[in-house]
Amino acid sequence: MGRYVARRLLLTIPVLIGASFLIFAMVYALPGDPIRALAGDRPLSPAVQAALRDEYNLDDPLWLQYAKYVWGLLQLDFGTDFSGREVWDIIERRLPVTAKLALAAVIFEALIGLAAGILAGIRRGSFFDNLVLVTTTLIVSIPVFVLGFVAQYLFGLRIPIFPTSGIRDGWYSYLLPGLVLASLSLAYVARLTRTSLAENLRQDYVRTARAKGLKPSVVIGKHTLRNSLIPVVTFIGADIGALMGGAIVTETIFNIPGLGRAVYDAVLRQEGAVVVGIVTLFVFFYIFFNLVVDILYALLDPRIRYD
Amino acid sequence: MIPTSTALSQTPSSPAPLPGAPVLEVEDLSVEFRTPKGVVRAVNGISYEVNPGETVAILGESGSGKSVSVQAVMGILDSPPGFVTGGRVLFEGRDLLGASAEEQRAVRGPGISMIFQDALSSLNPVFTVGHQIAEMFRAHQGTSRKEAKEAAIELLDRVRIPAARERVNAYPHQFSGGMRQRVMIAMALALNPKVLIADEPTTALDVTVQAQIMELLKDLQRDTGMGLLLITHDLGVVNEVADRVLVMYAGNVVETGTVDEVFSDPSHPYTEGLMASVPAVEDKGKRLQPIVGTPPDLSRIPPGCSFHPRCPRRVLEGAPPGKNCQDDIPLLLPVGTAGRASACHYRKEVLRARSAGTPA
Ligand SMILES: Nc1ncnc2c1ncn2[C@@H]1O[C@H](COP(=O)(O)OP(=O)(O)OP(=O)(O)O)[C@@H](O)[C@H]1O
Ligand code: SF4
Ligand SMILES: [Mg+2]
Repeated sequence: MGRYVARRLLLTIPVLIGASFLIFAMVYALPGDPIRALAGDRPLSPAVQAALRDEYNLDDPLWLQYAKYVWGLLQLDFGTDFSGREVWDIIERRLPVTAKLALAAVIFEALIGLAAGILAGIRRGSFFDNLVLVTTTLIVSIPVFVLGFVAQYLFGLRIPIFPTSGIRDGWYSYLLPGLVLASLSLAYVARLTRTSLAENLRQDYVRTARAKGLKPSVVIGKHTLRNSLIPVVTFIGADIGALMGGAIVTETIFNIPGLGRAVYDAVLRQEGAVVVGIVTLFVFFYIFFNLVVDILYALLDPRIRYD
Repeated sequence: MIPTSTALSQTPSSPAPLPGAPVLEVEDLSVEFRTPKGVVRAVNGISYEVNPGETVAILGESGSGKSVSVQAVMGILDSPPGFVTGGRVLFEGRDLLGASAEEQRAVRGPGISMIFQDALSSLNPVFTVGHQIAEMFRAHQGTSRKEAKEAAIELLDRVRIPAARERVNAYPHQFSGGMRQRVMIAMALALNPKVLIADEPTTALDVTVQAQIMELLKDLQRDTGMGLLLITHDLGVVNEVADRVLVMYAGNVVETGTVDEVFSDPSHPYTEGLMASVPAVEDKGKRLQPIVGTPPDLSRIPPGCSFHPRCPRRVLEGAPPGKNCQDDIPLLLPVGTAGRASACHYRKEVLRARSAGTPA
């Protein structure tokens, strides 16, 4: 197990390098001139422009820019944005915000998704089951930004029970955006739980559990659920990484100063160092949580062994 | 007699079982599956009994309702789509089908226990075998975790699993097929049931292991005096271990009697066919005669005798009144020596033909 984890961690290095290069190349390929964008309407003197281009290596070819960036990374230098702020500072300040948002989303995803899936799975064909089916289909088919605006309008403006923007209300401000961020995964979790539970209820060992004279609550809560939850738990785990990336849309809609919002702004300003730094961090989280899930998998299912 | 379960013994109206009385009686049990494609009548009014210490075998083609009938007895039918539509299941004289869910549950395990064909899929893959055995004590007797585990080790020992103390913490997939079936047996016997139902306990195992498992079951039965209800396709096993046999066809018992009598002198054409379709040592070299045709679709059971489309002895024209094979349903009626019965209009003729040594 230890060796397996070490190998997986080593493997993340080439993946991170590849991912960061791709992101770097994409930002490089963006049309327009970052310096002109920065300057806005006020024309900058050619001398200032040249100085800036030189400072941010903007006239170097792609490979050289990237090499210089990685060289910086190796010295734990994430670079700066155009106003001279350290990218690392931006990450340090904004990561907790995004982490809180993702945490709120995961809690919604797990609580509501699991509860809906379990109830639907136990009572297949019931009214509740059909309700879950229709609702989840609806959620999956509506784009997140539409859902976000609708939620903001309904619960922020029409029935003003949640703040619509910013994080001034502490945890309370994370509820609505967290729910919106969770919506898609929540629907998946409900569906996955339902299917998995229904499938496991048909298994022979569930029949055995009943033949043992166990209470229905034990037959379902212990013998069926434990097995049904294996794929669900792994999905939720892997989803944490994806949620942080998915926060870009939600943070923009709800004006939440997290990493996603920072990436959005940086893309508009073509600030390569910021975009690459944060997105690579997203990739790292994604890989990391996948590794956690694989380890969790082995803990949940004794038939799985990594050696 | 030791009370098998608190729920049953606490009920004052529960009649004390008479010594020598059957421990399990099934009366006119019917089961149907209500599926989108129609009603499947899997069990159609079967009756039998199991006495303490006795082994009763259920024989019959695939799909004849053997498993469904015992699942109904056990109260573990998949419902829906399965429903018991009639009959009684008496355990120590008390009707289980009319009992509360709580009372039924109290019988499963300490009263009636069951083992299944595929021990790998019948054991929960994510719990250790020790945990799954100990669960019997913990759920029914509230035994402490530690004591239950000790009891589990003892049981593993009793079903002759080597190094029981170490193996108790292993998972089902870490055992061989035969050892897994032993684990199943240990679990089923944990609370000393009065009746053990074994649904094809050896079908998934290879021949030498089959023999070991059957021997173990017989030994354990001798030690505990439990009744054994054994479903199997293996006529050899039936011949060796069973006292009585029930032959099932299309959800009915078509013949019953002691194994010796039924095997040597069938009184039902279906049983005759069954005997002719398996190789017997003394018949070496003779042609096997499989029963022609296929078992009926249980959602459209043929009228009259359900076996008539395949029966070589059927009488369709010029039959005596009430004995037309495609119109009149043959009831399970006594034939030959006491305790024998056959559901064939011509059971006496079948028996006589065999005894006279002129197989049809
Ligand atoms: N869950 C179910 N839904 C619908 N029909 C079922 C279900 N379970 C069993 N049946 C039907 O009940 C009939 C009897 O099945 P059963 O399993 O008792 O046969 P069996 O005699 O045990 O056969 P085998 O020797 O193959 O185990 C079958 O025809 C089957 O189609
Ligand atoms: S009743 Fe008729 S069809 Fe049925 S088994 Fe007897 S002879 Fe055959
Ligand atoms: Mg069966």
